[in-house]
Amino acid sequence: MKKFLMLLLVGCLALGIAGCGSGGGDKKEKVVYVYSWGDYLDPETLKIFEKETGIHVILDEYDTNESMYPRVAEGAVHYDVICPSDYMIQKLISNDLIQPLDFTKLPDAKKYIGEEFFKQAESFDPENKYSVPYCWGTVGIIYDKTKVTDPVDSWNILWNEKYAGQILMQDSARDALMIPLKLMGRSLNETDENYLQQAKAMLVKQKPLVQAYVVDEVKDKLINSEAAMGVVFSGEALIILEENPNMAFAIPKEGTNFWIDGWVITKDAQNVDNAHKFIDFMCRPDIAVMNFDYLGYSTPNIGVKDLEENETYKNSPIAFPSPEVYSGQETYKYLGNKMDEYYNKLWMEVKVDK
Amino acid sequence: MFSRGIRNILLTPFLIWAGLFIFIPLIFIVWYGVTDYDGSFSLKHMGLIFEHGFWDAFELSISLAIISTLICLLMAYPLCLILTERQRDNTTIISLLFILPLWMNSLLSTMAWQTILEGNGIINQLMRLLGMPALQMINTPGAIVLGMVYNYLPYMVLPLYIALTKIDRRILEAARDLGANYWQTFTKIILPLSIPGAISGITMVFIPALTTFVISALLGGGKLLLIGNIIEQEFTFQYDWHVGCALSVILMIFIVLNMLLTTYFEKSHEEEDFK
Repeated sequence: MKKFLMLLLVGCLALGIAGCGSGGGDKKEKVVYVYSWGDYLDPETLKIFEKETGIHVILDEYDTNESMYPRVAEGAVHYDVICPSDYMIQKLISNDLIQPLDFTKLPDAKKYIGEEFFKQAESFDPENKYSVPYCWGTVGIIYDKTKVTDPVDSWNILWNEKYAGQILMQDSARDALMIPLKLMGRSLNETDENYLQQAKAMLVKQKPLVQAYVVDEVKDKLINSEAAMGVVFSGEALIILEENPNMAFAIPKEGTNFWIDGWVITKDAQNVDNAHKFIDFMCRPDIAVMNFDYLGYSTPNIGVKDLEENETYKNSPIAFPSPEVYSGQETYKYLGNKMDEYYNKLWMEVKVDK
Repeated sequence: MFSRGIRNILLTPFLIWAGLFIFIPLIFIVWYGVTDYDGSFSLKHMGLIFEHGFWDAFELSISLAIISTLICLLMAYPLCLILTERQRDNTTIISLLFILPLWMNSLLSTMAWQTILEGNGIINQLMRLLGMPALQMINTPGAIVLGMVYNYLPYMVLPLYIALTKIDRRILEAARDLGANYWQTFTKIILPLSIPGAISGITMVFIPALTTFVISALLGGGKLLLIGNIIEQEFTFQYDWHVGCALSVILMIFIVLNMLLTTYFEKSHEEEDFK
């Protein structure tokens, strides 16, 4: 029943894609269906790929891991390559929706993707069989140096009443609960309901001080100095810092989330060879540097720094942090359906609270 | 006017449309709402309305919807009254001005309100220029009500205006001839005859205000959740169709109750007129 409805809903999309595919000529060999985050690739790189390999890339985009998942799970549209985050990769593995990669077809991935990122990826892809890291980053606090007089080195500052109405928080269950969990010295993959309830209580207590729970708007708000501080991803921080020189970025001492987005190939991919070619192409340093310039997110590609021409990016400790910034940090794991739901319900309760 | 056969043929396109896109989806929603994950009958998802603070969100939705409906009514009624009493040719321009917001994408105009109300927004910049303290306007219930009134006011103006223009001028003249002053004419004639317009206006404002999630998401800063936001989250983020549908069904029950109430009110009013 669900499948039928899904088909109905995604039908238009599927039709659109099928239309594109048949337009490409001898389609069997020459197509790869990519499903990635919105605006997560430099479009120029796709043109280069098509020119070099003759493989036509059909790109669809999503805005959250959660909205991507059902489309892949229901199989209404057959994508070959997707780019989910850490915990979502684990969920896809545990639900048997992606296939092991053939690393003999990925020479550049082996050569240029840093060892330490494969190592970190083991927390969600234990044998590094399923994914190739594409982007990574941390979560920290970006703050306005002219408004924040206290030192920013702890998540505690988000509970400081001096900054009431000046704090922006991330509107997502995992990212929001991560902060009080870290403050309590717990893991960000906590599954003990007692600690999670405590974490929720802390967020409820913080709510009157929060200006808004935001997702992508956080960049605009901070560039326009709408708030004194906000919780942001490191890639967003880089963009904000470039636009607003009053800002500074700090990673709290209690620890943070070390996230990785990686390329994976779906179980029922129709173009497995092309998919491998695409992933390997994305690992080539000259392509990776184009994507890095376009995105601002840190890259696991060790060949990028040498090729980077923009000096501010090249010397940015946010784009290329020293290993002590991220070593020892935790990465989100998939905690199972039940726990996912529990996290989401807690977050909903925080948001509904008056 | 049409023979039965022709009527049936003319009706077919709409019936197919209604069946495919109104009736069948409605069945799906109710079916999901009253079943459990394994497909067995269960009302437990409906019961969730009393948990996780969903009821608070529901109350907030109802109260904000009532407030914005009342504001729309209070703003639209005098306007429509003045419009009907003026020369017809001028009124088109004035009423056009009121319908104009409908030509704009409502998402865009709501985002415009965001930049107007923000801490560094246009209003606060003006306040600062005049040496007054900045106001906290965005992310408050007031901001959401403002957004609702702005977006839905035309839906109140249109039916009210039509109802008022339909009133026969000769009745008003007769009343005046018989010595009724303006206030008497208004309470005895204009007000009762405009009730049907007011009621359809109320329904057309109240229902979208009750179910909106865009306005509250943009002007509430994610801190104020309406029932529409919770349903949206259940579908997109939680991927829990059963809970989302159950909450939608409860919302629909409220809307149907509201409509029954207003039609009852309308009917009892009509009967009074005949007495």
